Amino acid sequence: MLASHLDKNFDTKEMQSIPSRNGYGEGLLEAAKRDEKIVALAADLTESTRTLAFAEAFPKRFVQVGITEQNMASVASGMAAMGKIPFIASYAMFSPGRNWEQIRTTIAYNDSNVKIIGAHAGVSVGPDGATHQAIEDIALMRVVPNIIVIAPADVHEARKATLAAAKHSGPVYIRVGRSNTPVVTTDESPFEIGKGEVMFTANEDAERKVGIIVTGTLLFNALKAAKDLREEGIEVTVLHMPTIKPIDKEALLTLANSHAGIVTVEEHQRIGGLGGAVAEYLSEAHPTKVRRIGVDDQFGQSGEPDELIEHYGMGVDAIKEAVKQI
Amino acid sequence: MSLTNRKSISPLSDNWYTNIISMRYLTSEEVTNLELKANQIRQSIIEMLVAAGSGHTAGPLGMADILTLLYFKVLQHDPKNPHWSERDRLVLSHGHVCPVLYATLAHAGYFPVEELLTLRKFGSRLQGHPHRVALPGLETSSGPLGSGLSQAIGMALAERMDNPYSAKYIYCLTGDGELNEGQIWEAALQAGKEKLHNLIVIVDRNGIQIDGYTKDVMPLEPLAEKFEAFNFDVQEVDGHNMRALNDAIHKAQAVYGQPSLIIAHTIASKGVDVFERDFRWHGNPPGKGPEDRVPKDKQAEVALEKLRTLAGIIAKEDIT
Repeated sequence: MLASHLDKNFDTKEMQSIPSRNGYGEGLLEAAKRDEKIVALAADLTESTRTLAFAEAFPKRFVQVGITEQNMASVASGMAAMGKIPFIASYAMFSPGRNWEQIRTTIAYNDSNVKIIGAHAGVSVGPDGATHQAIEDIALMRVVPNIIVIAPADVHEARKATLAAAKHSGPVYIRVGRSNTPVVTTDESPFEIGKGEVMFTANEDAERKVGIIVTGTLLFNALKAAKDLREEGIEVTVLHMPTIKPIDKEALLTLANSHAGIVTVEEHQRIGGLGGAVAEYLSEAHPTKVRRIGVDDQFGQSGEPDELIEHYGMGVDAIKEAVKQI
Repeated sequence: MSLTNRKSISPLSDNWYTNIISMRYLTSEEVTNLELKANQIRQSIIEMLVAAGSGHTAGPLGMADILTLLYFKVLQHDPKNPHWSERDRLVLSHGHVCPVLYATLAHAGYFPVEELLTLRKFGSRLQGHPHRVALPGLETSSGPLGSGLSQAIGMALAERMDNPYSAKYIYCLTGDGELNEGQIWEAALQAGKEKLHNLIVIVDRNGIQIDGYTKDVMPLEPLAEKFEAFNFDVQEVDGHNMRALNDAIHKAQAVYGQPSLIIAHTIASKGVDVFERDFRWHGNPPGKGPEDRVPKDKQAEVALEKLRTLAGIIAKEDIT
């Protein structure tokens, strides 16, 4: 069963589709109205990272750094040292892609209260092609100590993640997408840093159940796969895991204990992302059969978001197939 | 030397004018005291490097005069209250010269001088490259080159947002080899754009980097003109002349509408003549440096003797 707090228009013609990056823009503006310590920086991508509304509302708290992502990370660190709460936004390919070491040393090692927003994450960036499709960013951020890594599912969750990051003291990385993404959650859906949330519950009485763990904008595909599989007589639980680090170990153990195996789903390389995090933890704590859906050690290419998701094996059919293989 | 406390310099007090004048100019006695302090700091640097068995010699010895002047004359700070919110900020961008910063902080009273001998040892607060979280008095962690200027810009921007009339200054110390880094020039664009009058950069222009002389590895000249083109007010001074340095810093404080940059010409390994100007002393401690002038087992002893006798000018028993 779909969780009751999810959007009632799920998988209908009325279902909305909105870029998750919009949620960053909304959350930033909302957080900034409550807390004047919040400042925002952008590197010549103010509009497309959705920082523009903040920049217009609070021009004195906005810093345009031009195309200098390395500089941006460290300027933010300096501002945080003076008590500000800086949000830095660019495309994930450039931040944390290009400025990884500045993030590691001047933000994470320094314990700077900086929030890093990586927009245009995933192959669903589309026509811009592989150079602009960040599918390594979760791995890059996950290996750095002291950073929280979040991949929100849709516009609402991106907004909530931004608000939560503003309140959290310490570095946070949030990845958001460029293209329209099904709006699955609602204002009522719970979001807490570090907490997984079951979004589709398998039939309790089923003899054999498979768990899907999904992060980010593929939540719709995972839920749709679960719904379809039920019609085929296969029972699936979908655990949505917006926070990849720290991973919700309790939720992982609960799922692994009660299910025959697990399929992880993310718009990222199969190496080093959610699938890696799940496999690393469960292989030690509760050895479980795990199949990982994601990009298989390749670069992306130009195309429409949906056809790229299909091509790289992250579509609904691919998820269903992986569940059947468990 | 007494600490100058910004809050005590109020126009309401009778002697505020005298206070400001005495802050700005160095008497002969002050110059002598600062030079003796710098000498003690250099001795500490040698001792801590020897105890560590690794670390950088040339840069720390070369910057001892600059750090001494800053911490014993220029900076508004309180070693007993390192987190005092009204303090000036000093960002050390080329973290590898941290022995000079650690030694200066210890001599200024931030922590016991004896702790200097823990440099680079397991469990020490004095990490091989500075770790802000570990040691009060450090404004940032550094080591990977080129990031300090951006951080100083962030501090200067944040300060100006909160208080456009702030008397707080943000100092950034950089190496010259470090200026090879692309991030420096990203930051230079930003500093010029933002017209950060409260930002004062001091470049340690010692002419060496690990692989050789800066003019051979990656020429920087014309350096002053480069930063002027980025809209900095640029001065060049002798980095071992306390009066010249002090004047340059105060002129930099008076500049408005643009950031300041002081190119401090220093001598690598200054104070130990047999180590001076030799890039091979960049990353080696006494005991592991080049042997053509002093054998390895004598390097520490010779360095301390040179410092204690001011390179042989005075008998070592004259200095305690």
